[in-house]
Amino acid sequence: MQAAAFYIIAVLVLLCGGLVIANPVSRNPVTSAMFLVLTILSMAGLFVLLDAFFLAAVQVLVYAGAVIVLFLFVIMLLDLKEEERRRVNWGAAGLGVLAVGVIGAVMIRTIKFARPPGRISAVGTVGSAEALGQALFTHYALPFELVSLLLVVAMIGAILLSRKDLR
Amino acid sequence: MSAIGLPQYLIVSALLFCIGLLGVIVRRNVLVIYMSLELMLNAGNLALVAASRFNNNVNGQIMVFFIITVAAAEVAVGLALIVAMYRRRQTTHVEDLTTLKL
Repeated sequence: MQAAAFYIIAVLVLLCGGLVIANPVSRNPVTSAMFLVLTILSMAGLFVLLDAFFLAAVQVLVYAGAVIVLFLFVIMLLDLKEEERRRVNWGAAGLGVLAVGVIGAVMIRTIKFARPPGRISAVGTVGSAEALGQALFTHYALPFELVSLLLVVAMIGAILLSRKDLR
Repeated sequence: MSAIGLPQYLIVSALLFCIGLLGVIVRRNVLVIYMSLELMLNAGNLALVAASRFNNNVNGQIMVFFIITVAAAEVAVGLALIVAMYRRRQTTHVEDLTTLKL
């Protein structure tokens, strides 16, 4: 049951991920953004299979909720008609596929020959919001605060950068 | 079907990373390149969550939590940069942005 779910969701992740970067029907960035939503939702499914329930929720809220909306907002803001008329540079694409194929082969061989981890207990207490919160507010309290600072800086930066009279 | 272990998840993660890398290399639209970067970040997240689950260690998930936060901040700033760039150049195509090229 779990194995079947894993294979279905994994295929869904890879299929939608592939359609983000290379859609045979449409080269519109909006289509890519929509398939990115599907990829991220399937990724949340994988997180659930890994007992990371809190992260699955965060993934849906932050990525599907905030990041993709931001993407769509910018795509709609900019008028991107021109992109569809451009030709694909097939030579460069072929070289890119070759290079990425080599990197992927190296990674997959590395995973194949890696020492398998020992069997672990089936109980998944690791992914609960409680365990995560415990670690986050005790051992990782300082990084947590710094991340909030980072978010403020990013917000100010985004506001500054999108001003009209940017010099 | 055999039991699903860490290697299967890592292979999915590696394949997704490759898809994202391919998008960064092949696509010429800044926005799609940005989405491919998100795919690569997600692949890294998947590897971390899987490693965290199969080692029964919560630290990997903490790291993913921080990665998601930083990625959100990065997207906000990056898209603001793209908007500023579009205002100045009227393009989101990387081949039109070669001012720094020697």
